[in-house]
Amino acid sequence: MFDLIDFPGLNVVDATILATATAARIWYAIPLVLVVSLVYGATRHEYLLEILVHSFRSAIWLLTFMTAIFVVIWVAGYWN
Amino acid sequence: MPEVTFPQSEGEPVVVDLHDPYWAAFLGWLWPGAGHFYQRRFVKGFLFMICVLSTYFFGLGLGHGRVVYASLKSGDIRWQYFCQLGVGAPALPALVQSFKTSQGRDPFFVLCERYPANYGNAGSGNSIERQRAQLRFERVTAENNFEAYQGPTLKDGFMAPPAGPVLQNSSDVLGKWHFDYKHNFEMGTLYTVIAGLLNLLVIYDAFVGPAILTPRQNQELNKKKRK
Repeated sequence: MFDLIDFPGLNVVDATILATATAARIWYAIPLVLVVSLVYGATRHEYLLEILVHSFRSAIWLLTFMTAIFVVIWVAGYWN
Repeated sequence: MPEVTFPQSEGEPVVVDLHDPYWAAFLGWLWPGAGHFYQRRFVKGFLFMICVLSTYFFGLGLGHGRVVYASLKSGDIRWQYFCQLGVGAPALPALVQSFKTSQGRDPFFVLCERYPANYGNAGSGNSIERQRAQLRFERVTAENNFEAYQGPTLKDGFMAPPAGPVLQNSSDVLGKWHFDYKHNFEMGTLYTVIAGLLNLLVIYDAFVGPAILTPRQNQELNKKKRK
C-alpha cells in the first residue's frame, strides 16, 4: 500500500490505476509456483502421473502458504 | 552401471539405472536435463529442461539481458550470479564478458552506449556543461545527442557487468538499469536465481535418483498425519 502524500499531484483515479498495476505484479509468482512444484515433484517420483499429482499438491500448499503470509502482512499494515 | 531400486508398498519396485552418476551430474549441470537424457530418463529430462530453461530465459528476457552478470567489484558484488551459475552453460557467457571487460575492453554483443561518467561539469557556470552532466550514464540516443557526441562511451553488453565506476551516493550504470527496467530487473534476477537453484535439485536427481519414500517412511508419515 502507498500514501497519496508520497505522490504529489496524484488523484484518486491515478492512484487506483497505480495500485492495480502494483497488484498485477503478483502474477509473476504463478509461473514460479508452477515450475517449483513440477521440479520438486519430479525429484520425489519417477513416473509422470505421480509427478503431476505431487506437483498439484505442492502448488496448492505453496499458494495457501503465500496467501496466509499475504493476509498476515495485510493485517499488520493496519497497525502501521 | 549402478541400478537403484526403490521398493513400493504396492506394485512393482521402481528401478532407476543411473549409468555413471558423476558424469550424469556434470551433464545435468552443464545443460539442465542432459544428465537424465544420458540415463535414458527422457520424460523427466524434458520436464526438467523445459522448467529450468524457460524460467531462466524468461528472467533473462525480463531483465533485457542484463540480470545475469558476474562482478566482484567493490560495491557491486553480484552474489546472485553464484546461484544463476547453477544453470550451467547458459550462464557461462557472463564469465567471458566479465573477463573481457575487466581488462578494459568493450564487451561482446553491445546492447547500447551510454555517456561517460565525466561527461560535462555539474558545477560549471556554463549551462551547456550542466546539461551535459545531467546526461551522465544516460543512453546515447538520436534525441539526446544534440551535439553529435563522438567520444568514448560506456557500453552495455549482453550478460556483461555494468560499465564505468560504481558510485555509492549518485547514479551509475547499475542505477540506470534499475531505473530503466523498474521491477522487471528484480523479477528477472529472481527468475534466473530460482532457475539456478532448481537445477541443483535436478543434478541431485541425476546423481542419486529420485527421493522416493520407502514403505516404512510412508507408514511413519501416515502415522504422523493421523495424530
